[in-house]
Amino acid sequence: MKWMKNLKNYTPPAFKVIRDDDRCIRCKACVEQCSFDATFYDEEENKIWNWDANCVSCNRCAAICPTEAITVETRGYSYRHNYSWGSHIDSLKKRAIFGGTPVVSMGNDKPYKIYWDHLLLNASQVTNPSIDPLREPMELKTFLGKKPHSLHLKDGKPDIDISPQLELNVPIMFAAMSYGALSYNVVEALGRAAQHVGTFYNSGEGGLNKDHYKFQGNIIVQVASGRFGVHKPYLDVGSAIEIKIGQGAKPGIGGHLPGEKVTETISETRMMPQGSDAISPAPHHDVYSIEDLRQLIYALKEATEYSKPIIVKIAAVHNVAAIASGITRAGADIICIDGFKGGTGASPQVIRDNVGLPIEMALAVVDTRLRDEGIRQDISIIASGGIRNSMDVVKAIALGADAVYIGTAALLAIGCTMCQQCHTGKCAWGITTQDPHLSKRVNPDIASQRLINLLDVWALEIKETMGAMGINSIESLRGNRLNLRGIDLTEKEMEILGVLPAGE
Amino acid sequence: MKIVKIYEDSCVYCHLCEVACIVEHSQSKDIIKAFKRETKPIARCSAEFNYPLSYSVMCRHCDDAPCIEACQTGAMHRDERGYVVVNEDKCVGCWMCIMACPYGVIKKDERREVWGLSTKCDLCPDRETPACVEACPNNALMFEEV
Repeated sequence: MKWMKNLKNYTPPAFKVIRDDDRCIRCKACVEQCSFDATFYDEEENKIWNWDANCVSCNRCAAICPTEAITVETRGYSYRHNYSWGSHIDSLKKRAIFGGTPVVSMGNDKPYKIYWDHLLLNASQVTNPSIDPLREPMELKTFLGKKPHSLHLKDGKPDIDISPQLELNVPIMFAAMSYGALSYNVVEALGRAAQHVGTFYNSGEGGLNKDHYKFQGNIIVQVASGRFGVHKPYLDVGSAIEIKIGQGAKPGIGGHLPGEKVTETISETRMMPQGSDAISPAPHHDVYSIEDLRQLIYALKEATEYSKPIIVKIAAVHNVAAIASGITRAGADIICIDGFKGGTGASPQVIRDNVGLPIEMALAVVDTRLRDEGIRQDISIIASGGIRNSMDVVKAIALGADAVYIGTAALLAIGCTMCQQCHTGKCAWGITTQDPHLSKRVNPDIASQRLINLLDVWALEIKETMGAMGINSIESLRGNRLNLRGIDLTEKEMEILGVLPAGE
Repeated sequence: MKIVKIYEDSCVYCHLCEVACIVEHSQSKDIIKAFKRETKPIARCSAEFNYPLSYSVMCRHCDDAPCIEACQTGAMHRDERGYVVVNEDKCVGCWMCIMACPYGVIKKDERREVWGLSTKCDLCPDRETPACVEACPNNALMFEEV
C-alpha cells in the first residue's frame, strides 16, 4: 500500500472502488487514467490497489476498464443513523480538521424541488390538429435582442430600425465557461459545435485565446468583474457582449481561478502573470447601481459602435423581477438569468448549496413583471442553470424564455460525470484541467461531434413536442403558459409560475 | 495503402492498444483467456510516455524498410498487401532487424524453442481495421491512407 491512514486528518471515504479480480487482467489502464492518486499498481504483488479516500467517483477507471472489472460505489454512513445530522457530521469534521471552508464545483446538488418535473405539457387531440415534424416545416429559428414596439409600413415595407440581433438556429446556446476553467480542447469543441449548428458559445470571463478568434460569428464575449482579457479586438470578435454581474452557483461571489491553472497560454489570454491566482471581485467596482450599469452598457455599445446586443447576466435572487426591470431600463438588449442549479468551476460549498432561486420561478416572475410593465419587447430572456434535457428547454420557453444556455449539459456530452472536482484542476476526463497530458483526453473532433449530436437530437425532440402541441414555430410557444399545467404544486407555486393546475 | 497513423495530441496513455493487440494475436482471441490462461503474446505496439507527451507506436511499414535490407534470411519481407511482415519459418532470431529499425518497433519473442522470433505489427491480416485502432478510445490511432 502506498498510503497509510492517519486519524488526525481522517474522515471516512465517500466512495469504494470494487475490483473483480477474476476479470482484472492487470492492463493498468485504470492506473494511468486515475488523476486523483486513488489507483496504483504494486509490481511485486502484481496487484492493483485503490486508496478510497482519494477516490472522487469520476468513474474514469470504470469507463476505461476493457473487462468491466471495476465498479465505484457510494459508501453509506456507518455512523449511527441520525436524520437531522446525516451528512453534516463529516461536513463539520472536515471544517474542524482542515480549518477551511470547502470549495466545490458544478451546481447545487441538494434535493430542492425541481419545478421542471412538476410541469406537464399539452398535446392536440381532435379539436386542433397535431403536426408531424418529419413531414411539415418546423421553425426553431430564434432572434435575441430588442424588438420594435410597433410596426410601421412605408411604401408597403416595414419602416423601423431593428436593433442588432443574435440569430440562432436552435434556441440553445453554450453557457459562459472560461478558457482557464475549461481546457483548450473543450473550448475548441464548443466553438466548432456552435459554428456547425448555428448558435453561440460564450467565452466566459477568461478572455479569448488567439486561436479561437476563428469562431467569429458564433462567440459571445464576456466582461466580468475581473475584466480579464478584455480589449478592443476581443469586444469586436464577439457577436454579443455579456456583462456578468452574477452566476447562479455563487450569487454575490466573485471568481477564483487557482494559480496552478494559470499556465503560460492562460496568462497570455487573461493578460496577467503566470502562476498567480486570477481573482474576480464580487461586484464590478464600477457598477454599484442600475445607473452605473447603464453607463457600462453604453460604454460597451459605444466601443463597438452600437453593432452588437449587450447581455446582462445575473443570478436568480429574491428580488430578481425588480432587478430585471432595472436592467431592461438600463438599456440591455438581452438578460440572462442563472438559476441556483447552475454550475461553477469553484464556489464555496455554503454559497452553492444555500443561495439563489430556482430558475423556473425566477424566469416566470421576470417574464410576468416585464409584461406587466409593458417592456417585455425591449429585452430577450435567456434562462440558464439546470437545463437538463430538451423538455426543460420547451418548458423554459413556454414559461417565457427566448433561449436557454446549457453549461453542465454540454460538458456531460463531452464526457463529464459530475464528480464536482473542477476546482482541483485534475479533471480525469480532461475537461476542467490545464494539465497538458490530462487535457489530451478530450479530442475536439469527437467532442464537437457529440455536442452537435446533442443539439440536433434536442432540436428534433423540441420539434416533436411542438408538433404534438400543434405549434409549428417556436415563436408561438414562447411565453405560452397555457401549454403548461402544474402537478404536485401548491396554489401559491402555481400562481408564481403562472400556470394552471393539471385538470383545470 | 493504409497504415495506422499516430495522433499524439489525442493519446491518453491508457494501453488499450496494447491490450487489443495482445488479444488479437492470442490463440483464443478472448481477453480474459489471453491474459490469464494462455501464454500471453507480445504486444506489437507500445504506448510511450514522457510527460506530457504520450503516443502509441508500431511498425510504420516504411517504403525503404531498413529491416528488410538487414534481414539475412529473407524472413522480413513485403507481403501482397504491401506491408512489411516476418516469415516465421525463415526467421533465425539474429535480431539484425531490431538493430536496423529506426523506430524500435520490432520486438524479441524468445519463447520459441530453438531460436528467437522477431515480432512486429502485421496490421491484423484477419481484420478490416487493426485491433489497436478499434480499441483506441480517443482516435489517437487511425487507419488511414498514407
